[in-house]
Amino acid sequence: MNTMRYLLVKEFKQILRNKALLPLLFVAPIVQLLVMPLAADYEVKNIKVGVVDLDRSDYSKKLVTKIEFSNYFKLVDYSNSFDASFRYLEKDAADLVLEIPKNFERNLVREKIEKVFIAVNAINGTKAIMGSNYLSLLLADFNKEISTKWKAYEMAEKSPVIEVASLNWFNTWLDYSFYMVPGILVTLVTMVGVYMCSLNIVKEKEIGTIEQINVTPIKKHHFILAKLLPFAVIGLVIFSVGLFGVAGLVYGIYSIGSLWLVYGFLLLFLAAILGIGLLISTYSQTQQQAMSVAFFFMMIFMLMSGLFTSVDSMPAWARFIANCNPVTHFIEVMRMVVLKGSGFSQIKYHFLIMLGFGLLFNGWAIANYKKTS
Amino acid sequence: MMDVQVRGLRKTYGKPPVTAVDTISFDVKKGELFGLIGPDGAGKTSIFRMLTTLLLPDGGTASVNGFDIVKDYKFIRERVGYMPGKFSLYQDLTVEENLHFFATLFNTTVEENYALVKDIYIQIEPFKKRRAGNLSGGMKQKLALCCALIHRPLVLFLDEPTTGVDTVSRKEFWEMLKRLKEQGITILVSTPYMDEATLCERIALLQEGKILSIDTPANIIRSYPDQLFAIKSDQMSWLLKELRNNPEVKTCNSFGEYHHISFKEIAADTESALINYLKKAGHSNLELFKTAPTIEDCFINLMN
Repeated sequence: MNTMRYLLVKEFKQILRNKALLPLLFVAPIVQLLVMPLAADYEVKNIKVGVVDLDRSDYSKKLVTKIEFSNYFKLVDYSNSFDASFRYLEKDAADLVLEIPKNFERNLVREKIEKVFIAVNAINGTKAIMGSNYLSLLLADFNKEISTKWKAYEMAEKSPVIEVASLNWFNTWLDYSFYMVPGILVTLVTMVGVYMCSLNIVKEKEIGTIEQINVTPIKKHHFILAKLLPFAVIGLVIFSVGLFGVAGLVYGIYSIGSLWLVYGFLLLFLAAILGIGLLISTYSQTQQQAMSVAFFFMMIFMLMSGLFTSVDSMPAWARFIANCNPVTHFIEVMRMVVLKGSGFSQIKYHFLIMLGFGLLFNGWAIANYKKTS
Repeated sequence: MMDVQVRGLRKTYGKPPVTAVDTISFDVKKGELFGLIGPDGAGKTSIFRMLTTLLLPDGGTASVNGFDIVKDYKFIRERVGYMPGKFSLYQDLTVEENLHFFATLFNTTVEENYALVKDIYIQIEPFKKRRAGNLSGGMKQKLALCCALIHRPLVLFLDEPTTGVDTVSRKEFWEMLKRLKEQGITILVSTPYMDEATLCERIALLQEGKILSIDTPANIIRSYPDQLFAIKSDQMSWLLKELRNNPEVKTCNSFGEYHHISFKEIAADTESALINYLKKAGHSNLELFKTAPTIEDCFINLMN
């Protein structure tokens, strides 16, 4: 017990004395939490629109004014020829070109139907889809305005109309940071676990201190435990600072669900990713090797975790990989518990999987650690 | 009683296997200062790593303090001290912390065994608050020795402790080893420096994983087969070439200021004949005299 205590004291001393690592451990995650959710915003504003108005009528002008005064669009060109406006699209000065055909007003009034043409610059896929969607909504709105006007004139028979009113649950204002912050918090904890833990153990190998440790009667599990525990504590601290400090005070995100549940899952998650760190360290001889391997896994963990792209919309094989990623499960649990207030029964499946990951990675790492030493 | 017994120990690395230690056997008595002498790559470190249970042998057996290095490795780890060739203490812990740390790992305290390390520790005590990484080479080595001794080991393994250390510190270090030996600790030390061999009680000369000879340094020198001469002139490299081509000369090796040579047969006029021959060939300031062989001469002789 005395040995264990002294081992832990030694680990903490070393971590705290590392002048390069310490700021990285504590400041970097906070900065990332402050910057990344603001930048990783899918909401599209300032869509540049070029309008080709071949009609120049009352109605066409009304439509153009409507576009101009919308929050989402910026009118960059108003011309008489499609070719001229298309040049804007080519130069990337416009994202959309809307062509209003000749006799727009006449056809609309007489035949009650008219078509407009939208050309979209699809290089930025998200912007293209969102832009054309917004524009379609705007056109539908315009459509409704004029039809109600006519109906008032004609006092026509009431035609049944289904109007859809949507209400956003769990994130009423569709605030993107609500969705991103809990996820980014998870990736930060992952980084601490995987990088710091594997590098710390490999450092002992690289410097040769592990030789000196190995000739002592110290028990292997004591040594490993003393390596993992400090990073579990650091992970807890960083997570708490991120959750209460940044998510709470800066973004106003407070967990709706039980904090016990969040922390319970965090502990299990830490056990799993520290196992990964340990595993990487058993396969690497130098810090450089460990860093490269850890970087590779971090990339996969981040991109295949549902943090940026929804797991549900991935193809089946990618969904399988995402489900083999512990980060995916923690991000999902965080979003479920923190944003939705899910209880244990809704996430017990994730608890089981995470337990499995923990046993798998740690078991594998320990087996390999014994083999190599 | 034998503190270290090695029987047919063998170690190979890689595929195809390269033999690092080739079925060697030797014994070290209790309380003996035993040296493994050999150039880099002779297998010294491999032997030490096997005896300190860091490496599994591929063949043969060995015991340390009566315990088998494979089966009873746990007992050995409690009883031996090991100082690797490369400084491997925690650079970011202070001198004091390193010492306390290793004492704790062995379930003991610095106070308990202070008497043993006192002579050495006193020299680095003024720097006890300094981090180990900021110590000079000689200081690091003293700290490493303290850490290897802090649990009062019965057998001490020192792998090239004097490599990269200045002459004065080397001398001091051997003095320290002598004092430790007086405390009854069995010491195995490896070194590539032949001049340090005479400081050991018994030595094993190693070459490419094989033992060339095991004996006391004096006996090894005594067993040198020929009378050895030292020779010098103003044109040393030319002289070496000439002597090696001379049919009378058996061996000729460069040895610092002089070349060491031995003759195939020594007659009364052998020396003067050689001098006259070399003078005629154009050498100036010739000097030739009898000399006693050193361990290095013996090593070169055994190598061939």
